[in-house]
Amino acid sequence: MTEPSGDVLLEITDLSLEFRTYRGPIKALNGVSLNVRAGEIVGIVGESGCGKSVTMMAATRLLPKGAAHITGGGIRLFGSDPMKLSERELQHVRGRQVSTIFQEPMNALNPTRRIGEQIVEVIRRHQRLDNAAATSKASGLLRDMLISEPERIMQAYPFELSGGMRQRVLIAMAFSCEPRLIIADEPTTALDVTVQALILGLIKHKATSTGTAVVFISHDMAVVSQLCDRLYVLYAGRVAEAGTTASVLAAPAHPYTRALIRCLPGLAPPKQPLEQIPGTLPDLLDPPAGCLFRARCREADDRCVSVPPLAAIEPARRAACWRRIEETQAA
Amino acid sequence: MSLISTILRRLVLLVFVVAGVAIITFTISHLIPGDPAQLIAGDKASAQTLAHVRQELGLDKPVTQQFVIYVKQLLSGDLGQSLRTRRPVAGDIALFLPATLELGIAALVMAIMIGVPLGVLSAIYKDGPVDQAARVVSVAGISMPVFWFGLALILLFYVKIPILPGSGRITLGIAAPPRITGFFLVDSLVAGDLKAFWSSLYHLILPAFVLAFANLGIITRQIRASMLDVLQEDYVRTARANGLSRSAVILRHALPNALIPSVTLLGLAFGDLLYGAVLTETIFAWPGMGSYVVSSIQTLDFPAIMGFTIVASLGYVLINLAVDLTYMVLDPQIRELG
Ligand SMILES: Nc1ncnc2c1ncn2[C@@H]1O[C@H](COP(=O)(O)OP(=O)(O)OP(=O)(O)O)[C@@H](O)[C@H]1O
Ligand code: SF4
Ligand SMILES: [Mg+2]
Repeated sequence: MTEPSGDVLLEITDLSLEFRTYRGPIKALNGVSLNVRAGEIVGIVGESGCGKSVTMMAATRLLPKGAAHITGGGIRLFGSDPMKLSERELQHVRGRQVSTIFQEPMNALNPTRRIGEQIVEVIRRHQRLDNAAATSKASGLLRDMLISEPERIMQAYPFELSGGMRQRVLIAMAFSCEPRLIIADEPTTALDVTVQALILGLIKHKATSTGTAVVFISHDMAVVSQLCDRLYVLYAGRVAEAGTTASVLAAPAHPYTRALIRCLPGLAPPKQPLEQIPGTLPDLLDPPAGCLFRARCREADDRCVSVPPLAAIEPARRAACWRRIEETQAA
Repeated sequence: MSLISTILRRLVLLVFVVAGVAIITFTISHLIPGDPAQLIAGDKASAQTLAHVRQELGLDKPVTQQFVIYVKQLLSGDLGQSLRTRRPVAGDIALFLPATLELGIAALVMAIMIGVPLGVLSAIYKDGPVDQAARVVSVAGISMPVFWFGLALILLFYVKIPILPGSGRITLGIAAPPRITGFFLVDSLVAGDLKAFWSSLYHLILPAFVLAFANLGIITRQIRASMLDVLQEDYVRTARANGLSRSAVILRHALPNALIPSVTLLGLAFGDLLYGAVLTETIFAWPGMGSYVVSSIQTLDFPAIMGFTIVASLGYVLINLAVDLTYMVLDPQIRELG
């Protein structure tokens, strides 16, 4: 494997998780495994509802208490199990060591408090700085986000800012305590395309210059491929394929990844019509046995009634598909 | 800027409301059967006496002229003379209103101080024991008749376990503090008379609680509902994801936003409290507007009733102004954009 050799910050092993609802348990995660090392940018891709957010919110224990239940596997975040941390210990991990940028910047800031107050509050929560020092730190962070008049922005309320501006504020906030890991959960999905590129650039630049690891969640293969060193392709709460971005894009192994790439205007082989992946995600209330992608898979055969393991098919790549496993063994 | 415009808008509204109320009360008072002159002069009065009383009251003039006189008086702050007490209505109201306001404000403060924390706890520990208990209290508060609850409390805390006074504003024998605001709690503090202060406070507890109790439930449910909404908001998740303490998340991020939709309700609750004060005052022999209005209605004391109605509508507009101003304090979007 040619994965970076830094410390493992986050390691999720075979995690299964369900939401207990009145209609029955929704099996959102069905054995997800992934890891993130210091300083790398890791992408998680997959269509809506495949469990990207749930996976990362489980890692920081931000899922609604009572509804979400871990039914198998484990999480190690900075070497300890977040499920075993006390509320207070968790508070010192969140914001300080790992912070999250969420998808929807519209409501992600408190509407009744000034921008500056909100950044300063986070800084002072985790660092021994007085108000003046925290304020000047906040304005420096905003400047790094290419905000030219940080003082004016800090005096503003969220409703006075555009979506892109709010997202920059949230990114500044996420980086404010020099965390080792940042989870960016579709940070640009709600923004228009021109702003998207800017925001992606800001995240990438800030992360590489500070050595912060980033987990970048997106349903957009094109975005992820610009940004990430490695990728995890998620399908129905399982990893379908994992590997370096370059290798996955060059030769996608899993039929689902292939379909995703065929759907991309920029990445699809030229002159071929763009495709939609036929079918939908399986019903997570009652997932089918065997490979979860079977109902939509062109290559499915008899073997696929049992669950394919996530197996190495190349030095830097793993895929959960019987076909690829067979081919690897045959080779 | 927008602060001033809000106040101005409300003041313009005030003029219209008071004018409307003046017309309505005047009309009704002249449509209701019953002759105030007869009431004052008594059943056995001669026709001459009656005519004399009528003249004295201006009741012999044409209705339109009576209305013009009435409006002129109103504009000079004169609410007329009470037929019953034979004193200026404005003076009577000034005498009795502070007692009612003191009771109403005490009840509102009590309802907020119990209702808001209870609503917050019910939301945080949704479906837990606190939430269940609060639900019972709310239903009880909404459905329990004030007079029954008041009498029950008097029976319990005044008769059976005599720890609280059951009537009046202050202990007999303790002099009321010199009148400045008419609020005993304030006046006694200004006069430095702690004995009067504690006595007034004691006397306030039961009636204020009875009055607060009816609104407690509504406030608790409202705060609970808006807290549950706000706790789902993305910014609460941001606050948690940034490792802020539980108390900071709840008190600094969730609660201020949950209070905004509750402000209108608090304004309504205060109006309700003043209205409920009429009954409560009767039970606790509280010398406020309630008792004054009831007696005025019984004696068809039109000037008093009209005066009270106008003051009440004024109060209504002022409460709405207070609600608007509170919104501005709590919600920057309203404050900055007007
Ligand atoms: N609080 C919840 N209660 C019940 N089910 C939930 C809850 N949160 C998520 N789920 C379910 O878990 C599954 C995974 O959701 P998740 O939010 O992780 O999807 P996602 O991959 O992030 O999709 P998107 O691209 O739409 O954000 C979905 O089927 C969703 O319905
Ligand atoms: S295991 Fe079978 S069904 Fe699943 S992706 Fe591979 S070929 Fe398709
Ligand atoms: Mg998501």
